[in-house]
Amino acid sequence: MKMTGAELIIRLLERQGITTVAGIPGGAILPLYDALGASTQIRHVLTRHEQGAGFIAQGMARASGQAAVCLASSGPGATNLITAIADARLDSIPVVCITGQVPSAMIGTDAFQEVDTYGLTVPITKHNFLVDSVEELLDVVPRAFRIALSGRPGPVLIDVPKDIQNATIEFDEWPQPGCAEPAPQPADTALAAALALIAQAQRPILYLGGGVVHAGAAPLARELAETAGLPTVMTLMALGTLPETHLLQLGMLGMHGARCTNLALAECDLLIAVGARFDDRATGKVAEFCPNAAIVHIDIDASELDKIKTAHVALNGDVREVLGRLLPRLGAQADRRAWLARIGELKRDFPLKLDGRHNPRHHYGLIRATARAAGPAAIVTTDVGQHQMWAAQAYPLDRPRQWLTSGGLGTMGFGLPAAIGAALAEPQRPVVCFSGDGSILMNIQELATLAEEDLDVKIVLFNNGALGLVHQQQTLFYGGRLNASVFRGQPDFVRLAQAFGIRTIDLDAEPDVPDALAAAFAERGPCLIHATIGLEEKVYPMVPPGAANTDMIGG
Amino acid sequence: MNATRTVPAALAVLELTVNNHPGVMSHVCGLFARRACNVEGIICLPLGDGARSRIWLQVPDTDKLEPMTRQARKLEDVLEVIRHPDGHPVFAQLGAAVG
Repeated sequence: MKMTGAELIIRLLERQGITTVAGIPGGAILPLYDALGASTQIRHVLTRHEQGAGFIAQGMARASGQAAVCLASSGPGATNLITAIADARLDSIPVVCITGQVPSAMIGTDAFQEVDTYGLTVPITKHNFLVDSVEELLDVVPRAFRIALSGRPGPVLIDVPKDIQNATIEFDEWPQPGCAEPAPQPADTALAAALALIAQAQRPILYLGGGVVHAGAAPLARELAETAGLPTVMTLMALGTLPETHLLQLGMLGMHGARCTNLALAECDLLIAVGARFDDRATGKVAEFCPNAAIVHIDIDASELDKIKTAHVALNGDVREVLGRLLPRLGAQADRRAWLARIGELKRDFPLKLDGRHNPRHHYGLIRATARAAGPAAIVTTDVGQHQMWAAQAYPLDRPRQWLTSGGLGTMGFGLPAAIGAALAEPQRPVVCFSGDGSILMNIQELATLAEEDLDVKIVLFNNGALGLVHQQQTLFYGGRLNASVFRGQPDFVRLAQAFGIRTIDLDAEPDVPDALAAAFAERGPCLIHATIGLEEKVYPMVPPGAANTDMIGG
Repeated sequence: MNATRTVPAALAVLELTVNNHPGVMSHVCGLFARRACNVEGIICLPLGDGARSRIWLQVPDTDKLEPMTRQARKLEDVLEVIRHPDGHPVFAQLGAAVG
């Protein structure tokens, strides 16, 4: 076979099963775009900013569990991708980014649109490549997918100089597509030690993290909770792995978790952490997190074990495989009636207070009413801020990959492009994007992409005229000095969306919110739903940054 | 991070076998730098035909060493990591040559 480097990359992407890529062309990646134009398998989604392309790829990957691809040119194209790559790294999302680079002979000369993409992306990728020969592509492209998907998933970047895209290669055999490698298997003795700790525990809690979603282990985690009778908490990344209505679930832990959840954790004698990394937003002050608990920690990433909390039993492996080995060996469990009664008591006395949840003009009520209008099939994305935490607390999530949010990096601007990506990956499902007036403007240009692609994305815009979570922290912890958190001017978001060619509904002007939402969702295609939210509303409860989780304010 | 510093009393040596290409040093050294861990000494030499290299890193022997070692093992181009808690003669020999 004989072809150019650019054609080779496209064929290799096709062989990986890629059908949609997002990106923006530019000088240094034009050969690749020329080859992409000839592909009958791969559809290109033209975004309006490379960060949008990065988050669209993330939305596809988060919704499907498959690796997704984004493209950018050299220089500013590559630097614009960086936030989306760093976000994928912190939330362990398999994304393969392909960037154009100036021709090999010009690297290091400060050529037009030259930047050290390789150097810039070292700390934010799982691995990265600067390709130095066309032959290398045969190895690098499948390897990039293998690395992105193996072990703990993550982003991989391939930087391809323009001359290598144009170079010709002759080869005899296609390489195998890259796929996930087998995970490490913890020893039977370690499994036995974990089983013994679980069986003996008087007051155990199961702590589920995003790794449960990545591993496809939600049904097994549920089986473990039910078989062993384990009250279960979830991180922001794991929401949906146990349905909101499940009797054993205690919802989200940490900074904005319910009082009953954080108080239960403080009393537990065994914490079974599954695909979770003891993030500071989840643990609060670590020394006071589950102070009396032994810890069983199951994670595919060995460097997460003992990182924050030393585990009594550490099981390094794929959480689905490890749970699959543990479940058939769960023996008789200690009598947990007293513990479950205590959990019931905590839930009764310190529940999550969703004040106003029956009033659709109130933030919690609007989230609940949106969920009813969107239906159970909907995928939910969020931006970052108060609306994100309110949605995490109040949206009735009931399956993994239903909830797509920027957990680790906390990137404002994530919601809209991630929703576009989710809609591309799962076109049969409606997608709801909860956003705020601060976040939406950070990637507002992707409304043009959304209109062009005509995807079934409904944006619910919580407008309080401020950076709400900053405003909240300044109010609570900085003596009410509101510096730079309230917008002095603001666009008319309804007319702005209309200018992009997007249907709008302004709930402020609607006499019946549920009816208006039902009408919005009844019609397929994009729609921006605007609602004014009171600036005085807070996310409660709240653990002050650096405090113990038992020191909650409000709620 | 930029203050003038003295060499810590307790030093360990990490011996890494890595793929030999231009990006490897930046992956390895970056791992330590961004965790505010100063690499006191570095020696790197190609092995055999040059497809692989060996890197010896002289690093502070603190609580950070175990997590840093686990992070180093995760790097795609790092094939093996051996810890020498009592140092390694390669630095003594180089030290003598430097004077």
